[in-house]
Amino acid sequence: MKLNKGSLFALFAVLELAGNADRQLSTTDIAGKYGISTHHLAKVMRNLVHSGLVQAVRGVGGGYRFAGNVSRTTLLDVIQIFETLESELDMPNHGNSAGEPIVAELRSITEEIDDLTKAILDTITLETALNSTRLRREAATAGRSGGVAAGGGAK
Amino acid sequence: MVLKYHMAIKDPILIRNAVPPDLDAIIEIDNVGPKEEKPAYWRGIFAHYGSGEKKDRIFLVAEAGGDIVGFIAGEVRAWEFGSAPCGWVFALAVAPKMRESGIAKRMFNEICRRLKGAGVTTVRTMVNRNHKVTLSFFRSQGLRTGRYIEMEREID
Repeated sequence: MKLNKGSLFALFAVLELAGNADRQLSTTDIAGKYGISTHHLAKVMRNLVHSGLVQAVRGVGGGYRFAGNVSRTTLLDVIQIFETLESELDMPNHGNSAGEPIVAELRSITEEIDDLTKAILDTITLETALNSTRLRREAATAGRSGGVAAGGGAK
Repeated sequence: MVLKYHMAIKDPILIRNAVPPDLDAIIEIDNVGPKEEKPAYWRGIFAHYGSGEKKDRIFLVAEAGGDIVGFIAGEVRAWEFGSAPCGWVFALAVAPKMRESGIAKRMFNEICRRLKGAGVTTVRTMVNRNHKVTLSFFRSQGLRTGRYIEMEREID
């Protein structure tokens, strides 16, 4: 699976905002934290606002705020705003039918893989992703300070 | 719109071994499979797992205010599919009006504690990929896709 930049930036933004739903952040805040393009992120944020996952707050101190349901929204919900996650076979189109059964079989296999990928992404809620991320951060901190790494979902 | 059916829990939740009088409530909560086959199925499950005498066979219920509001069942299975001894959770349900209040998590923690007491260090389950809520729950408890792939086909 290869996520496009839009999906990745959206996941950065949504997880950052969902981590504290009362907080407002600007695109500059988020882009600065993750070292990504403010210009590209601004486009992503417009799509997220349109989807209803994020709310734009106008005025002084304005920015964006999470507007979804952290325990119901899944990673797939966010990714599918930006891409379909369908595998593509880069087949030359020269009218030769000899390869058709092979292409049909490969399509069937890629569909199986795509279905599994989507099934996994559709069961990871933002809340679970945030918890796993937090455990990873704590494990990394403990590792740096010589402590014992935490277990749990951040494997 | 997301429908939430959270219900404030007034009574403390007790997680305990299932006993025969719990079977009717368990059948009521279980919403998988044909209704008419459930009494025989659950009686069989209870006979095999419900005594509470064997450390490696576990059948628990969650009780609140005298009502059964959830159940979980599992066991230690050894060398199936070439796998070292491992805990399996094969049934888990919470009454709809009591969902999203931490009951499944408490039952799962308790069955993991008992499975660990029975000598295993891994817990495993299998869930229909369309059952998103159940899959999300197990994900939230740290389970991930395991090393075994379930495969199937129609038999002509």
